[in-house]
Amino acid sequence: MENQKNEKDTRRKFLNNGWKLGLASILGAGALAHLKDGFASEGSGETIELMDTEGNIIEVEASQVEEMMESTGAHNVRRGMPGRKFVMVIDLARCQNALACQRSCNKHHFVTGDNAWLKVYKMQETEDTAPHWMPTLCMHCDQPACVTVCPVDATFKREDGLVLIDNDRCVGCRFCMAACPYSTRVFNWSEPKQEFEMSMDMVEQMHSPEHAGMPSIKGTVDKCDFCPHQAVKGELPHCVTACPNGVFYFGDKNEDVVTNGNETVRLSKLLEENAGYRLFEDLGTDPSVYYLPPRDRLPFEEGLDNYDPYQSVEKPDEPAENPEAS
Amino acid sequence: MKRYEQLIKDLGPRKFDRKGKLWMALLLVIIAAGIVAYIDQIIKGQVVTDMRDYVLWGFYISNFVFFVATSFVAAIVVAVLRLTKNEWRRPFVRLAEIVALACIVMAGITIIIDMARPDRMLNLFVHARLQSPITWDVIIIPTFIVVSLLLLYFPLLPDLAIMRDYYAKTKPRLSKVYGFFAMKWNWAAKQIKLQQKSVHLLALMIIPLGLILETIDAYLFSTTYRVGWDSSNFAPYFISGAMVSGIGSLVAVTYIVRRNKKLQEYITDFHFDKIGKLLNLALIVYVYFNINEYVVPLFTSKKAESEHLQTLLEGDYALPFWLVSVFGLLLPALLTIFKGFRKPRSLFIISIFVVLGSYWKRYLIVTPTLLHPYLPIQGVPESWHHYFPSLHEWLITGATLAMALLIITLLVRYVPVISIDRLAEDEGLPEAKHKEAGV
Repeated sequence: MENQKNEKDTRRKFLNNGWKLGLASILGAGALAHLKDGFASEGSGETIELMDTEGNIIEVEASQVEEMMESTGAHNVRRGMPGRKFVMVIDLARCQNALACQRSCNKHHFVTGDNAWLKVYKMQETEDTAPHWMPTLCMHCDQPACVTVCPVDATFKREDGLVLIDNDRCVGCRFCMAACPYSTRVFNWSEPKQEFEMSMDMVEQMHSPEHAGMPSIKGTVDKCDFCPHQAVKGELPHCVTACPNGVFYFGDKNEDVVTNGNETVRLSKLLEENAGYRLFEDLGTDPSVYYLPPRDRLPFEEGLDNYDPYQSVEKPDEPAENPEAS
Repeated sequence: MKRYEQLIKDLGPRKFDRKGKLWMALLLVIIAAGIVAYIDQIIKGQVVTDMRDYVLWGFYISNFVFFVATSFVAAIVVAVLRLTKNEWRRPFVRLAEIVALACIVMAGITIIIDMARPDRMLNLFVHARLQSPITWDVIIIPTFIVVSLLLLYFPLLPDLAIMRDYYAKTKPRLSKVYGFFAMKWNWAAKQIKLQQKSVHLLALMIIPLGLILETIDAYLFSTTYRVGWDSSNFAPYFISGAMVSGIGSLVAVTYIVRRNKKLQEYITDFHFDKIGKLLNLALIVYVYFNINEYVVPLFTSKKAESEHLQTLLEGDYALPFWLVSVFGLLLPALLTIFKGFRKPRSLFIISIFVVLGSYWKRYLIVTPTLLHPYLPIQGVPESWHHYFPSLHEWLITGATLAMALLIITLLVRYVPVISIDRLAEDEGLPEAKHKEAGV
């Protein structure tokens, strides 16, 4: 295990070095070109203010600054959003099994099966240890066991940290489900009974690994997608916004910022101050979801009313509750 | 002349008698029922099975593992005994090749049955990713099918030619069919040399291929984090288990063929005694790996693993576990030590227990593990906490077993189950053609 990790690390180092070398040579070439130009238009005297990586404001001569073109290449679903590393922090102290997250997730991903993608577990290790509620969703591991075993590259890892599923490619072997230690993957055992408000043409048009469940496809695997369709719009995942207690923080590890909608905090500080941890760290899956321990938590008992060990997806309303009937 | 005729009469193709016809009809009915169930599964989805998100593999996969395991018999009996020049293998070799071929073909079909989107099967080639154990299976199974087929076919050439010549006048059409498959075999020195070389090469190939096949089968499980699968013992455990189910199945098939075709003269007590010893060796090795798998972890198992072991040893799966372990493994291993139990009839009965044990053993490897995920099973219907194959699964799995038996039955019907060519040569009959060729 240790060996394997080392090997992975060296490989990563090698790739990393290669990447840096490539970048360095491009920069070098750019600098050379710039040098030539620089001699031609020596110092116009104008300066502009910039912020360096430390957060200090520095003044730089305008001619030294070159406008960078934003990557104009079409958005690549398999590559993801450049420069991002999406993470989530789940504060167990604030969870009291309100299940608003689950309902919102089920609704926006049209989850109609018997197994929700976002589950809130009733956890109690032993009789003597304290019970608490633990929401889980796809951990978007950096060493994803599911991606390793997929025979057709239907589930894949992106540069922005997301693990997504191409439901048009999945062959339904369920190996990824066997491989996932977090039991997060859900299978479409039959034709999904989804209902859409928009036309099916629209749904088909919006169909993408970036919006799982849109629509779900029989004989393929579904799971939490970290809502990249929301991130594109600059919005938070559905579970984050739905939670009344601010349990879920979503953000970018590269920017070191996460938010639960009400407060925006430094990821490193949040984890540092609350002794954040990850689930099954010893497996080496390197998850993107962090947990804050359930210290000084909201009363556990209040969540018991909502707890149903045999149901995580509410079934369509009974006829009596049908708004048209009332 | 008379003896040669007798050989062909005993070993050559023979029409189905009443019992044979009934047997064929039964197999065809089971297969038809399975096909209907499978079409229904294609239409409705895997929802017709009892598998769900927790027990995501079930009867189909354990059935697949059984087929893969049993096909290992080609490597062990045909190749190993051939390379070690054990002459007593003769009456078993062809039957072993037939069993292996039938099983590996059915293994390939079974794994497709488990795939929820067989319509996307081409993706396995178009988008193949080499690090997935399933891709390794996609490579090894067709390879093993081809090599097993050739290993059955090449040694068969002289016999096909004998049939061609024998039926030339009495049944010209049948003779033509045999002639087609005999590929103009006429015992020419060049042909014989080429054939012997090819068979030797195939025998050399099938041993590593068989080991790779069983190993990959084990890796399907041990490359996951699952408690009970994540075991470095798994590959040798599967290989030794494959020896058991392979030799067990071979003994059972041989006994039935011997009885129905009245081949007591060709497959004698001596042969059963020998194969009984080989089965005993396989069983004892398997006991050893079972100790590694179930007894040693009792000392160091982590909590999740202890729970898993407890389910098997004294929990929900205790009854099948102990039935399989005692009657399918321990008792057969003990009994086959004694010569008296290696007599054809008793060895046959033991082999039936061994095969049944091997079959349900695979079920016990696949299912209980899946009911012990790392996180507790919550928020799913109560029925998802258990697994028992649905009617569809029984029908479809039954059909795959019937298909394997159908392949075996048909091959036994048309193909000499023991090489007539070899026997004629060994007995120094004037009709033996090898001498003419000077080989």
